[in-house]
Amino acid sequence: MAEGQHRGYRIYAVTWFWLLVITLLEVAIVLVGVPRAVLVTALVVLALMKAALIMAYFMHLAYERLALVYAVVVPMALLAVVLFAFIGPDALSVHRMR
Amino acid sequence: MSAGEHRTTLAAPWGGGQSPFGVGWPKFMMWLFLISDTLTFAGLLTGYGAMRLALGRWVHQFEIFNIGLVSLMTFILICSSATMAVAVGAARAGDRPRVLRYLLLTVLGGLFFLGAQAYEWTHFIGEGARLFTNPWGVPQFSATFFIITGFHGGHVTAGVIYLLITALRWRRGTIQPESVEIAGLYWHFVDLVWVFIFTLLYLI
Repeated sequence: MAEGQHRGYRIYAVTWFWLLVITLLEVAIVLVGVPRAVLVTALVVLALMKAALIMAYFMHLAYERLALVYAVVVPMALLAVVLFAFIGPDALSVHRMR
Repeated sequence: MSAGEHRTTLAAPWGGGQSPFGVGWPKFMMWLFLISDTLTFAGLLTGYGAMRLALGRWVHQFEIFNIGLVSLMTFILICSSATMAVAVGAARAGDRPRVLRYLLLTVLGGLFFLGAQAYEWTHFIGEGARLFTNPWGVPQFSATFFIITGFHGGHVTAGVIYLLITALRWRRGTIQPESVEIAGLYWHFVDLVWVFIFTLLYLI
Protein backbone atom coordinates (compact mmCIF):
# COMPACT_ATOMS: atom_id res chain seq x y z
CA MET A 1 0.00 0.00 0.00
CA ALA A 2 2.87 2.36 0.82
CA GLU A 3 4.19 1.61 -2.65
CA GLY A 4 0.94 2.94 -4.13
CA GLN A 5 1.27 6.22 -2.25
CA HIS A 6 4.74 6.85 -3.59
CA ARG A 7 3.77 6.07 -7.14
CA GLY A 8 1.11 8.79 -7.25
CA TYR A 9 -1.35 9.54 -10.02
CA ARG A 10 1.09 11.11 -12.48
CA ILE A 11 1.70 7.85 -14.36
CA TYR A 12 -2.04 7.59 -15.15
CA ALA A 13 -2.11 11.09 -16.60
CA VAL A 14 0.97 10.31 -18.71
CA THR A 15 -0.58 7.04 -19.96
CA TRP A 16 -3.86 8.86 -20.73
CA PHE A 17 -1.94 11.50 -22.69
CA TRP A 18 -0.09 8.98 -24.86
CA LEU A 19 -3.26 6.96 -25.51
CA LEU A 20 -4.86 10.15 -26.83
CA VAL A 21 -1.83 11.00 -28.97
CA ILE A 22 -1.82 7.51 -30.52
CA THR A 23 -5.59 7.68 -31.16
CA LEU A 24 -5.21 11.06 -32.91
CA LEU A 25 -2.36 9.58 -34.94
CA GLU A 26 -4.57 6.65 -35.99
CA VAL A 27 -7.38 8.91 -37.15
CA ALA A 28 -4.90 11.22 -38.89
CA ILE A 29 -3.32 8.35 -40.85
CA VAL A 30 -6.76 7.25 -42.06
CA LEU A 31 -7.84 10.78 -43.01
CA VAL A 32 -4.58 11.61 -44.80
CA GLY A 33 -4.86 8.47 -46.93
CA VAL A 34 -1.80 6.27 -47.34
CA PRO A 35 -1.27 3.05 -49.35
CA ARG A 36 -3.42 0.20 -47.98
CA ALA A 37 -0.48 -1.98 -46.83
CA VAL A 38 1.10 0.94 -44.95
CA LEU A 39 -2.27 1.85 -43.40
CA VAL A 40 -2.99 -1.67 -42.12
CA THR A 41 0.54 -2.16 -40.77
CA ALA A 42 0.58 1.24 -39.06
CA LEU A 43 -2.87 0.82 -37.51
CA VAL A 44 -2.09 -2.66 -36.16
CA VAL A 45 1.23 -1.49 -34.68
CA LEU A 46 -0.45 1.58 -33.08
CA ALA A 47 -3.27 -0.58 -31.67
CA LEU A 48 -0.71 -2.95 -30.13
CA MET A 49 1.10 0.05 -28.61
CA LYS A 50 -2.15 1.23 -27.03
CA ALA A 51 -2.87 -2.27 -25.75
CA ALA A 52 0.61 -2.45 -24.20
CA LEU A 53 0.17 0.94 -22.49
CA ILE A 54 -3.22 -0.04 -21.03
CA MET A 55 -1.99 -3.43 -19.81
CA ALA A 56 1.30 -2.17 -18.39
CA TYR A 57 0.12 0.94 -16.52
CA PHE A 58 -3.68 0.93 -16.18
CA MET A 59 -3.84 -2.81 -15.44
CA HIS A 60 -0.60 -2.62 -13.40
CA LEU A 61 1.01 -5.51 -15.24
CA ALA A 62 4.32 -3.61 -15.22
CA TYR A 63 4.34 -3.87 -11.41
CA GLU A 64 3.26 -7.51 -11.12
CA ARG A 65 5.47 -10.54 -10.67
CA LEU A 66 6.93 -11.84 -13.93
CA ALA A 67 5.05 -15.17 -13.56
CA LEU A 68 1.71 -13.35 -13.90
CA VAL A 69 2.98 -11.24 -16.81
CA TYR A 70 4.02 -14.40 -18.68
CA ALA A 71 0.74 -16.15 -17.83
CA VAL A 72 -1.15 -13.30 -19.50
CA VAL A 73 1.15 -12.28 -22.33
CA VAL A 74 2.34 -15.68 -23.64
CA PRO A 75 -1.16 -17.02 -24.50
CA MET A 76 -1.94 -13.70 -26.22
CA ALA A 77 1.26 -13.86 -28.27
CA LEU A 78 0.54 -17.49 -29.27
CA LEU A 79 -3.01 -16.50 -30.19
CA ALA A 80 -1.72 -13.70 -32.41
CA VAL A 81 0.73 -16.07 -34.13
CA VAL A 82 -1.93 -18.76 -34.74
CA LEU A 83 -4.49 -16.25 -36.03
CA PHE A 84 -1.94 -14.72 -38.37
CA ALA A 85 -0.97 -18.19 -39.60
CA PHE A 86 -4.61 -18.81 -40.58
CA ILE A 87 -5.61 -15.36 -41.84
CA GLY A 88 -2.32 -13.77 -42.88
CA PRO A 89 -1.58 -15.71 -46.08
CA ASP A 90 -5.13 -15.10 -47.38
CA ALA A 91 -4.94 -11.42 -46.48
CA LEU A 92 -1.65 -11.08 -48.32
CA SER A 93 -2.80 -12.99 -51.41
CA VAL A 94 -6.04 -10.98 -51.61
CA HIS A 95 -3.95 -7.86 -51.31
CA ARG A 96 -1.73 -8.97 -54.19
CA MET A 97 -4.74 -9.79 -56.42
CA ARG A 98 -6.10 -6.24 -56.12
CA MET B 1 -5.14 -1.52 11.14
CA SER B 2 -8.16 -3.80 10.86
CA ALA B 3 -8.06 -3.77 7.06
CA GLY B 4 -4.59 -5.27 7.18
CA GLU B 5 -5.71 -8.06 9.48
CA HIS B 6 -8.64 -8.81 7.21
CA ARG B 7 -6.31 -9.12 4.24
CA THR B 8 -4.25 -11.72 6.07
CA THR B 9 -7.29 -13.89 6.83
CA LEU B 10 -8.41 -13.63 3.21
CA ALA B 11 -5.02 -14.81 2.00
CA ALA B 12 -4.83 -17.67 4.51
CA PRO B 13 -7.00 -20.34 2.76
CA TRP B 14 -4.34 -20.68 0.03
CA GLY B 15 -2.52 -23.11 2.34
CA GLY B 16 0.09 -24.00 -0.27
CA GLY B 17 2.74 -21.47 0.57
CA GLN B 18 3.29 -18.32 -1.45
CA SER B 19 1.06 -17.83 -4.50
CA PRO B 20 3.28 -18.41 -7.54
CA PHE B 21 1.82 -15.35 -9.23
CA GLY B 22 2.24 -13.01 -6.28
CA VAL B 23 -1.43 -11.99 -6.31
CA GLY B 24 -4.48 -13.09 -4.33
CA TRP B 25 -6.87 -15.60 -5.87
CA PRO B 26 -9.69 -13.08 -6.61
CA LYS B 27 -7.40 -10.98 -8.77
CA PHE B 28 -5.94 -14.05 -10.45
CA MET B 29 -9.44 -15.34 -11.22
CA MET B 30 -10.26 -12.02 -12.88
CA TRP B 31 -7.11 -12.30 -15.01
CA LEU B 32 -8.10 -15.83 -16.07
CA PHE B 33 -11.59 -14.60 -16.96
CA LEU B 34 -10.13 -11.75 -18.99
CA ILE B 35 -7.87 -14.13 -20.91
CA SER B 36 -10.86 -16.30 -21.81
CA ASP B 37 -12.92 -13.22 -22.73
CA THR B 38 -10.07 -12.10 -24.99
CA LEU B 39 -10.51 -15.38 -26.87
CA THR B 40 -14.22 -14.61 -27.35
CA PHE B 41 -13.52 -11.23 -28.90
CA ALA B 42 -10.58 -12.62 -30.88
CA GLY B 43 -13.00 -15.19 -32.32
CA LEU B 44 -15.54 -12.53 -33.28
CA LEU B 45 -12.94 -10.25 -34.86
CA THR B 46 -11.23 -13.13 -36.69
CA GLY B 47 -14.59 -14.25 -38.05
CA TYR B 48 -15.10 -10.73 -39.34
CA GLY B 49 -11.64 -10.69 -40.93
CA ALA B 50 -12.12 -14.09 -42.58
CA MET B 51 -15.53 -13.11 -43.93
CA ARG B 52 -14.32 -9.78 -45.27
CA LEU B 53 -11.40 -11.49 -47.02
CA ALA B 54 -13.65 -14.22 -48.45
CA LEU B 55 -16.08 -11.62 -49.81
CA GLY B 56 -13.30 -9.55 -51.32
CA ARG B 57 -15.36 -6.38 -50.94
CA TRP B 58 -16.70 -4.35 -48.04
CA VAL B 59 -18.66 -1.19 -47.35
CA HIS B 60 -16.89 2.15 -47.60
CA GLN B 61 -16.61 2.77 -43.89
CA PHE B 62 -16.12 6.50 -44.19
CA GLU B 63 -19.40 6.96 -46.02
CA ILE B 64 -21.27 5.02 -43.33
CA PHE B 65 -19.56 5.67 -40.02
CA ASN B 66 -19.47 9.05 -38.36
CA ILE B 67 -15.74 8.96 -37.60
CA GLY B 68 -16.04 12.04 -35.38
CA LEU B 69 -18.59 10.33 -33.15
CA VAL B 70 -16.55 7.11 -33.00
CA SER B 71 -13.39 9.07 -32.13
CA LEU B 72 -15.36 10.82 -29.38
CA MET B 73 -16.50 7.40 -28.05
CA THR B 74 -12.87 6.27 -28.04
CA PHE B 75 -11.86 9.46 -26.23
CA ILE B 76 -14.58 8.95 -23.59
CA LEU B 77 -13.53 5.35 -22.98
CA ILE B 78 -9.84 6.30 -22.63
CA CYS B 79 -10.79 9.04 -20.14
CA SER B 80 -12.97 6.66 -18.13
CA SER B 81 -10.10 4.16 -18.05
CA ALA B 82 -7.84 6.91 -16.65
CA THR B 83 -10.37 7.88 -13.95
CA MET B 84 -10.70 4.17 -13.06
CA ALA B 85 -6.92 3.93 -12.70
CA VAL B 86 -7.00 6.93 -10.32
CA ALA B 87 -9.81 5.27 -8.30
CA VAL B 88 -7.66 2.11 -7.94
CA GLY B 89 -4.61 4.19 -6.97
CA ALA B 90 -6.67 6.09 -4.38
CA ALA B 91 -8.05 2.82 -2.95
CA ARG B 92 -4.50 1.54 -2.51
CA ALA B 93 -3.42 4.82 -0.91
CA GLY B 94 -6.41 4.78 1.44
CA ASP B 95 -7.89 8.01 0.04
CA ARG B 96 -11.52 6.92 0.52
CA PRO B 97 -13.54 9.93 -0.78
CA ARG B 98 -11.44 10.15 -3.93
CA VAL B 99 -12.17 6.47 -4.72
CA LEU B 100 -15.92 7.08 -4.68
CA ARG B 101 -15.64 10.27 -6.74
CA TYR B 102 -13.53 8.68 -9.44
CA LEU B 103 -15.60 5.49 -9.54
CA LEU B 104 -18.68 7.60 -10.23
CA LEU B 105 -16.80 9.61 -12.88
CA THR B 106 -15.90 6.29 -14.53
CA VAL B 107 -19.56 5.23 -14.45
CA LEU B 108 -20.46 8.58 -16.06
CA GLY B 109 -17.94 7.90 -18.85
CA GLY B 110 -19.44 4.45 -19.39
CA LEU B 111 -22.94 5.94 -19.61
CA PHE B 112 -21.79 8.57 -22.12
CA PHE B 113 -20.22 5.83 -24.22
CA LEU B 114 -23.41 3.75 -24.13
CA GLY B 115 -25.45 6.83 -25.06
CA ALA B 116 -23.24 7.48 -28.08
CA GLN B 117 -23.50 3.84 -29.11
CA ALA B 118 -27.30 3.89 -28.75
CA TYR B 119 -27.34 6.99 -30.97
CA GLU B 120 -25.16 5.23 -33.57
CA TRP B 121 -27.36 2.11 -33.59
CA THR B 122 -30.57 4.17 -33.80
CA HIS B 123 -29.11 6.07 -36.74
CA PHE B 124 -28.19 2.86 -38.61
CA ILE B 125 -31.53 1.21 -37.90
CA GLY B 126 -33.29 4.40 -39.04
CA GLU B 127 -31.39 4.17 -42.34
CA GLY B 128 -32.78 0.66 -42.80
CA ALA B 129 -30.01 -1.55 -41.46
CA ARG B 130 -31.17 -4.82 -39.89
CA LEU B 131 -29.18 -7.78 -38.56
CA PHE B 132 -29.01 -9.48 -41.98
CA THR B 133 -29.78 -6.66 -44.41
CA ASN B 134 -28.74 -3.08 -45.04
CA PRO B 135 -28.95 -0.50 -47.81
CA TRP B 136 -25.17 -0.44 -48.42
CA GLY B 137 -24.86 -3.55 -50.59
CA VAL B 138 -22.92 -5.78 -48.21
CA PRO B 139 -25.46 -7.63 -46.00
CA GLN B 140 -22.66 -9.29 -44.02
CA PHE B 141 -21.62 -5.90 -42.71
CA SER B 142 -24.77 -5.66 -40.58
CA ALA B 143 -24.31 -8.86 -38.60
CA THR B 144 -20.61 -8.08 -38.10
CA PHE B 145 -21.26 -4.55 -36.89
CA PHE B 146 -24.25 -5.25 -34.64
CA ILE B 147 -22.84 -8.43 -33.09
CA ILE B 148 -19.33 -7.13 -32.38
CA THR B 149 -20.30 -3.66 -31.13
CA GLY B 150 -23.31 -5.17 -29.35
CA PHE B 151 -21.12 -7.68 -27.56
CA HIS B 152 -18.77 -4.92 -26.53
CA GLY B 153 -21.66 -2.66 -25.50
CA GLY B 154 -22.97 -5.51 -23.38
CA HIS B 155 -19.60 -5.65 -21.66
CA VAL B 156 -19.73 -1.89 -21.03
CA THR B 157 -23.25 -2.22 -19.59
CA ALA B 158 -22.12 -5.04 -17.31
CA GLY B 159 -19.12 -2.90 -16.35
CA VAL B 160 -21.29 0.10 -15.44
CA ILE B 161 -23.44 -2.12 -13.18
CA TYR B 162 -20.32 -3.76 -11.71
CA LEU B 163 -18.78 -0.33 -10.96
CA LEU B 164 -22.00 1.00 -9.42
CA ILE B 165 -22.14 -2.02 -7.10
CA THR B 166 -18.45 -1.55 -6.29
CA ALA B 167 -19.03 2.16 -5.52
CA LEU B 168 -21.97 1.31 -3.29
CA ARG B 169 -20.06 -1.36 -1.39
CA TRP B 170 -17.03 0.92 -1.10
CA ARG B 171 -19.21 3.65 0.43
CA ARG B 172 -20.56 1.12 2.94
CA GLY B 173 -17.01 0.02 3.65
CA THR B 174 -17.72 -3.67 3.02
CA ILE B 175 -14.95 -4.21 0.44
CA GLN B 176 -11.16 -4.10 0.38
CA PRO B 177 -9.03 -2.01 -2.01
CA GLU B 178 -8.30 -5.23 -3.93
CA SER B 179 -11.97 -5.42 -5.00
CA VAL B 180 -11.73 -1.95 -6.53
CA GLU B 181 -8.57 -3.04 -8.32
CA ILE B 182 -10.30 -6.15 -9.71
CA ALA B 183 -13.26 -4.08 -10.95
CA GLY B 184 -10.64 -1.80 -12.53
CA LEU B 185 -9.05 -4.73 -14.37
CA TYR B 186 -12.42 -5.54 -15.94
CA TRP B 187 -13.02 -1.92 -16.93
CA HIS B 188 -9.58 -1.51 -18.51
CA PHE B 189 -10.18 -4.73 -20.43
CA VAL B 190 -13.37 -3.25 -21.92
CA ASP B 191 -11.27 -0.27 -23.03
CA LEU B 192 -8.60 -2.64 -24.38
CA VAL B 193 -11.15 -4.51 -26.51
CA TRP B 194 -12.44 -1.21 -27.88
CA VAL B 195 -8.91 -0.34 -29.06
CA PHE B 196 -9.08 -3.34 -31.40
CA ILE B 197 -12.72 -2.85 -32.43
CA PHE B 198 -12.03 0.81 -33.22
CA THR B 199 -9.00 -0.15 -35.30
CA LEU B 200 -10.28 -3.25 -37.09
CA LEU B 201 -13.96 -2.46 -37.58
CA TYR B 202 -13.97 1.31 -38.06
CA LEU B 203 -10.55 2.32 -39.40
CA ILE B 204 -9.13 -0.57 -41.46
